[in-house]
Amino acid sequence: MYSNEHKKYIRKKKIRKILIILMQILLLATLIIGWELLAKYKIINTFITSSPSNIIKTIISLYKDNNLFNNIWTTIYETIISFGIGTIIGIVTAIILWWNNFIYKVVDPYLTVLNSLPKIALGPIIIIFFGANIKSIIIMALLISVIVTIITVYNGFISTDKNRINLLKSFSASKYQIFKMVILPSSYSTIISSLKINISMTLIGVIMGEFLVSKKGIGYLINYGSQVFNLNLVISGIIILMIVSYIMYIIVSYIEKILIKKD
Amino acid sequence: MENISKNLNDILIIKNLSKIYHTDDSEILAIDGLNLNIKEGEFVAIVGPSGCGKTTLLSILCGLENKSSGEIIYPKGKLKMGYMLQNDTLFPWLNILDNCMLGLKVEKNITNENKNKVLKLLETYGLKDFIYKYPNNLSGGMKQRVALIRTLAINPDILLLDEPFSALDYQTRLAVSDDVWKIIKKEKKTTIMITHDIAEAISMADRVIVLTGRPSYVKKIYPIIMENKSTPIKNRNLKEFRVYYNEIWKDIDIHV
Repeated sequence: MYSNEHKKYIRKKKIRKILIILMQILLLATLIIGWELLAKYKIINTFITSSPSNIIKTIISLYKDNNLFNNIWTTIYETIISFGIGTIIGIVTAIILWWNNFIYKVVDPYLTVLNSLPKIALGPIIIIFFGANIKSIIIMALLISVIVTIITVYNGFISTDKNRINLLKSFSASKYQIFKMVILPSSYSTIISSLKINISMTLIGVIMGEFLVSKKGIGYLINYGSQVFNLNLVISGIIILMIVSYIMYIIVSYIEKILIKKD
Repeated sequence: MENISKNLNDILIIKNLSKIYHTDDSEILAIDGLNLNIKEGEFVAIVGPSGCGKTTLLSILCGLENKSSGEIIYPKGKLKMGYMLQNDTLFPWLNILDNCMLGLKVEKNITNENKNKVLKLLETYGLKDFIYKYPNNLSGGMKQRVALIRTLAINPDILLLDEPFSALDYQTRLAVSDDVWKIIKKEKKTTIMITHDIAEAISMADRVIVLTGRPSYVKKIYPIIMENKSTPIKNRNLKEFRVYYNEIWKDIDIHV
């Protein structure tokens, strides 16, 4: 049905795709095996660098002590809670700022300052205000994600095509109708992609929070490991975190795909 | 030439209309003492140099902007304006039917009767098969027709067209202006169209109003009288067409 040229083209494309995946796997394997061999022949100090086999052993022992999923779950739980609250606060605030330009003008410089401030600097204050508990972690995560959400969503709102707004105005639409019928649907994809940024921001916030106060969670594992100089634990924690954040990202991307395809 | 005397057929009288725009470091007088009468059922085209405040005039008429001074009189009662913008401004997330129902939805006036009217319009003007399609499946000309139907759906007394074909390529533009003109004539709507295209104005309108550059007022009014006047595309071939074209061209060109 297709011409030979086309078949060639398709095959070339397929081969390239397979080659890329193979190289990716090869790269990972080389890294792991190289690391393991270097550790085995004591070329590097495993006390500082750990090794793949030690990491696997650490993760298995974490699992046996019933600590692995407990800690992962704690981090995920904190992230979801903060993400939910952060998204709601962010979008609602953006709506208020869009609705009332006067308020926006008033708070604009404050938003800019808050946005540029490295939120980790507020860590000590947060602990004093909210105590060494999950509340502080959520507040930390919120501080990091909310401002960005507000700014992204607000910018989405105001970049709505003026012609579309004028069209509704020519039908004598109310402000609420303009918001519901034009602003919100126009900003739909902006809002969805802001969620994607938001989930990674929230995870950063949660890990930072766990560094500061926690007794549980992946951030706690890493932090605790470094305090007792157990590099096996530190690097295991980092790897677990990598996997968890990657899975979260995939889930959110997938949700994004479903939601945006609706158009 | 400028006849401001009252006429029984007038449904809209613009008297001494002025508009000043204020910015931080200047005041811009966009429209200065503009007078214009619109008769019921006529098709008026407004031309003028770019930036002369044509769009401002339409925006004021349909209430998007406030006038600075002057009067807008409706001798036969307040008119409902139907505004058609430069580009089609169809909403990509709504299907064609919902796009056409937008004005009715804003007015909270979706009745079966109105919906059937919209469906009928879509059917009459060759869009029946596209009712549940989305705007990105339509050609530029079709989108423009949808935009017109969306404007007609709220049953306006006057249509205000703001450079309705400027987003289209030349070939499509001729065909669509013919289509749109036929629709407007068939629905018997009073129409004010602004355009920078003199040929378009002459071929479509009953009267062409020439505005001056900023601050603008009515410079000249040309009733377009042609012996064998028919549809816009055919009108372009009539001998009077060229005469009007040259006259109006000179009127606008004077400041260059």
